[in-house]
Amino acid sequence: MSLFGSFFGRNTKTSAPVARDRLQILLAHERTGRGNESDLLNKLQAEILEVIKRHIAVDQDKVQVKLDRGNSVSMLEIDIEVPQMRPSGQP
Amino acid sequence: MAKVLVVTSGKGGVGKTTSTAALGAALAQTGQNVVVVDFDVGLRNLDLVMGAERRVVFDLINVIQGDAKLSQALIRDKRIETLSILPASQTRDKDALTAEGVASVMAQLREKFDWVICDSPAGIERGAQLAMHHADHAIVVTNPEVSSVRDSDRIIGMLDSTTEKARNGGKIEKHLLLTRYDPARAARGEMLRIEDVLEILSIPLLGIIPESEEVLRASNLGAPVTLSSPDSPPARAYAEAARRLEGEKLEVTVPVERKGLLARLFKGKS
Repeated sequence: MSLFGSFFGRNTKTSAPVARDRLQILLAHERTGRGNESDLLNKLQAEILEVIKRHIAVDQDKVQVKLDRGNSVSMLEIDIEVPQMRPSGQP
Repeated sequence: MAKVLVVTSGKGGVGKTTSTAALGAALAQTGQNVVVVDFDVGLRNLDLVMGAERRVVFDLINVIQGDAKLSQALIRDKRIETLSILPASQTRDKDALTAEGVASVMAQLREKFDWVICDSPAGIERGAQLAMHHADHAIVVTNPEVSSVRDSDRIIGMLDSTTEKARNGGKIEKHLLLTRYDPARAARGEMLRIEDVLEILSIPLLGIIPESEEVLRASNLGAPVTLSSPDSPPARAYAEAARRLEGEKLEVTVPVERKGLLARLFKGKS
């Protein structure tokens, strides 16, 4: 069946290599103990917020932290919703 | 009104996580707001099966311990907008799950979503009990195989005794999801018959998922099978089960043997 399937171009892209790549990236993080990034991220988030709070009132709930782990580079995205700033002296 | 579902089985490896992902995706594909929650603390895998393993920042334990807000721990699926995942912790142990913490998270999830689907860990201990504690419905995943049926029977007993609904005198709705069903082997009498499993466990049938190579392909790719190959027999069976969960009255499709070309050509000769 699978022989015929591949003859007729069904499922030409195999899924096993995708599985291997995904596991390699994931396990590379978990084995080195980097799997527990949340402590670092917690600190980063707290400190970044602290700096921003010196200047603007930020709602703790309006902060989103996003992560996309890659093979060599990971992307950390911290999204802070900043309330509308009014010129000082106005209510 | 949100519905809380637990996907449970007692035995490991019968398809709880696969079924959680597939049913969650199938329900979300109809436009409903769905969250799938991994309760397998220390051995999380729902994130991997859903293809979200690279995007986990915070997890259920972080939320329970107050290190993160629920909205910060929820990961929105990249393919279906109405589908979210709440991952389990990979590093903490299961004692970090407190009954009060779980109760508070479940209450918050009920506010935000139409469906909360809890993927239970294997076994009958703390993690499994907490996963089922707040459920309105239970999906008991069973393989047509003796040890799986025995463990399912045990789990059904627990659902009727230890859940919050049971304690308040109510009854949790139980549904049987028969997975890894091989029609060819069943036809040859090598596998427990559907009727036999139903008679032994005596809970209503939600669906029969045929054994299929598409299920492994889906987990390889990190996509629920209803997304990776929506027309495949297992995906159709999951989509059907999801419609039944929504209250539709549908006849359960019993998978039939699909003979290959060679088998059809040489019919009767082998």
